[in-house]
Amino acid sequence: MLTSSDAIGVERLGKQYRLGAAAGAFGYGSLRETIVQTAAASWDAVRGAGWRARETPNVWALRDVSFTVAAGDVVGIIGSNGAGKSTLLKILSRITRPSEGRAECRGRVGSLLEVGTGFHPELTGRDNIYLNGAILGMRRAEIRRKFDDIVDFSGVRAFIDTPVKRYSSGMYVRLAFAVAAHLEPEILVVDEVLAVGDAAFQKQCLGKMQDVSREGRTILFVSHNMPAITRLCRRAILLSRGRTVADGPADRVVAQYLSAELGTNAIRDWTDDPAAPGNGWLRLRRVRVVDDAGETAATVDVRRRIGIEITFDVEGCGEPFVPGIALVNDQGSAVFSAMDTNPIWRQPRERGRYASTAWIPGNLLNEGGISVSVALGTFSSGGRMERHAVANDAVAFQVIDPGEGGTARGDYAATWTAPVRPLLQWTLDRPRLDAGAVPTEAVASKLREPN
Amino acid sequence: MSDAPLPVTRIEPPRGWNPLALGELVEYRELAAFFVWRDIKVRYKQTALGVTWALLQPIATMVVFSVVFGRLAHVPSDGVPYPLFALAGLLPWQLFSSALTASAGSLVSSAGLLTKVYFPRLVVPLAAVMATFVDFLVSLAVLAGLMAYYHAAPGAAVVTLPLFLALALTTALGVGLWFAALNVRYRDVQYVMPFLVQVWLFASPVAYSASMIPSARWRAIYGLNPMAGAIQGFRWALVGGPAPGAIVWPSVAVAVALLVSGVVFFKRFEDSFADVV
Repeated sequence: MLTSSDAIGVERLGKQYRLGAAAGAFGYGSLRETIVQTAAASWDAVRGAGWRARETPNVWALRDVSFTVAAGDVVGIIGSNGAGKSTLLKILSRITRPSEGRAECRGRVGSLLEVGTGFHPELTGRDNIYLNGAILGMRRAEIRRKFDDIVDFSGVRAFIDTPVKRYSSGMYVRLAFAVAAHLEPEILVVDEVLAVGDAAFQKQCLGKMQDVSREGRTILFVSHNMPAITRLCRRAILLSRGRTVADGPADRVVAQYLSAELGTNAIRDWTDDPAAPGNGWLRLRRVRVVDDAGETAATVDVRRRIGIEITFDVEGCGEPFVPGIALVNDQGSAVFSAMDTNPIWRQPRERGRYASTAWIPGNLLNEGGISVSVALGTFSSGGRMERHAVANDAVAFQVIDPGEGGTARGDYAATWTAPVRPLLQWTLDRPRLDAGAVPTEAVASKLREPN
Repeated sequence: MSDAPLPVTRIEPPRGWNPLALGELVEYRELAAFFVWRDIKVRYKQTALGVTWALLQPIATMVVFSVVFGRLAHVPSDGVPYPLFALAGLLPWQLFSSALTASAGSLVSSAGLLTKVYFPRLVVPLAAVMATFVDFLVSLAVLAGLMAYYHAAPGAAVVTLPLFLALALTTALGVGLWFAALNVRYRDVQYVMPFLVQVWLFASPVAYSASMIPSARWRAIYGLNPMAGAIQGFRWALVGGPAPGAIVWPSVAVAVALLVSGVVFFKRFEDSFADVV
C-alpha cells in the first residue's frame, strides 16, 4: 500500500464504538449488567425474537477514511469536537485498534497525545525524565545521552531533584514537553499540545515542531488553533462526524471548516428579508468580505487587502449617512473601528441602493479570526452619531499567513499576540554620538559611566 | 534520517486471537524494568518507617499466628518451632498475595497510560509482579534472623527454593492476568480480590501443615491449590519437615494451566483495554 516515498497510508479506516453502559463484550459495565443483558437476550431468543433484538446502538467514530502522507509532510487534522480526529491519531499510534480498514506507518511513531503521560508525582524531575522517556519509547542509553538537552530545554534545572508534585503546573508541563520533544520518531503525532501552557511555552512548542518538520520528519498535527495549522501545515484534512470532508491545501481547508462548522460566514444577505437591520430611513441589504478581486472570501492572505462591502437601501428622506465598521478578533479584543470620513457622505443621499466598501490594507491585521460589525449612522449636533442600522457580528473572516514571507512575522514562527501586526517601515542610521572624532570604543565606555 | 529501510507497522482490525509476540515483549524489557523501578521507588515514599514495613508486616502476622494457632490451638508444626514454621509459610504467601493483588489492579491503575501510549500490555502486570519480589527479598532477612535464633540451618533441599518461588509467582501471574483483564471491564474484581485472597490464605498451608491431611491421595487433591505445593515446598526447602511429595505435581500442573490460560485470555481482550478502561 505504501509507496517508497510515503510515510503513512490509511485505507478505508473505521472505528466503531458501542454506546452507553449497556455494552456487552466490548463495553464497560458491571458484571450484573452483563448477566442481566445476557439473560434478556436469551429470553428474547427463547421467545423467538432472535439474538439481535436487543443489540446496543453503535457509533462510528471514524468511517471510510483514506489518505496517504508523503514522508516529511506536515499535515493538519481539523474538525469540530467529536469529528474523529483523536480516534484517528489513537489508531495510528496503536493505542486502539480499528474496526475496519487498515493503516501502515513507516518508521517509529511518536505520539504527543498528552504531555506528561506516566509522570509520577512522587518521583523527582530526574527520575521522571527517565520514566517518561522509557514510556514514550526511548532507550535508557538514548535518554542518558539527551538528558542535559532535555533539562536545558525544560528550564527547570534548579528543581531537577525535587519531586514533581512540588512543581508549579507550568514547570510540570515544560518538563514533560521537554522529554517528548526529544523523542526522535520518523512520524510525530501531535494532539493539541498548544492548548496548555503560557505564551512563552506555546512559542517553544511551535518552534520545536518547525524544527522537527525541517529535519524531514512527518508530522500529523491536530489543533483547533487555525493560524497554527495554516502556518505549520501545507496540507490539512477536515473530518466531520468521522468522515473526510476535505483534503487539500491548508488555507483552503481551514476556510471551508470555518465557514461550514462555525456558522460564521463571509457573506450576510438580507435582500428579501423584511426584518433586515434599519429603520424608515435606510435598511441594510448585504454585508460581504471581499478580496482584491471583489470575490467573497472567508480567508484572506495577511499580505493582501480586504474589503468590507456594505450594501444598503436609502428609503427615507435624504439624510446624510456615514458607514462604519468595527472589528473584533477571536480573542474578543477590539481590533479597531473605522468610518468613512469622505465629505461626500455629508451630503443628503437620494433614494436607491448603495454599496460602500471599506478597504483594510494588507499586513495590518494579525492572523486569526476576525468578526465584523457594521453600522450606518447620521451625525447629529455636538459631534454625536445617531445609528440607524446596526448588524453586530454580521460577517467573519480568517486572516492567514501561508508562511511564504513578506509579512511582519519575518522568520519568527511562534504565536504572535496583539490584534494588529503591521508591517512597518524601519530605517537604520549610524549617528555620530560625539561631534569630535572619538573612537567607538571610547563612546561606549563613556555611555557606561554613571554620569 | 538513515538510509536503512524503516520498518513498516501494519495496523489492522483485531482478528480475535492474538499471537503472543514474545519478541516484542523482549523489545520492551527496558520499559518493564522502569515500571518495576518506579513501583519500588515510590512504594515507601513519604512513610516514616520506609522499607521497614516490608519487615513489620510478616513479623506482626507471625506473632499473631504463633499466639493463636501455635499457643492457643496447638496446631502441629512438623517438629519445627511454630514461629519459624509460620514465618516460613507467611513469606511465600505474602509474596503471592501481594503479587496477585498488584497485577490484578495493574491495568486499571495504569489507565492513563493505556489510553495514551502504545506498548505491549503484558508489560504492566508482569512489572507489577516483579516489583513485589523486592519486598520479599527484604523480608527474607527476617526469616534468616529467626533461623539463626533457632539454630535451624537449611539442608541440601535449599537448592530447590527457587523452584517453589517460581511456582508461587507463576500462580500469582496466571490468576493476576485473568483478573487484570477482567478488572478492565468489571470493577467488581476490586471487591472480589480481598475476599479471594483471604479465603485462599486459609485454603493454603500457611498456619498449618499439609501433613495434617492423612492420606497421600487427599494430599494430591489438596495440591490442586498451587499455593499448597509452593508453600509446603518452600518451607521444606528452608526449615525442613516432611518433603512435600505428591502435593507438588498437581500444583505445578495447575499453575502452568493458570498461566497459559491467563496469557491467552489477556491477549484475547488486549485490544479493547484502551477503549474500555
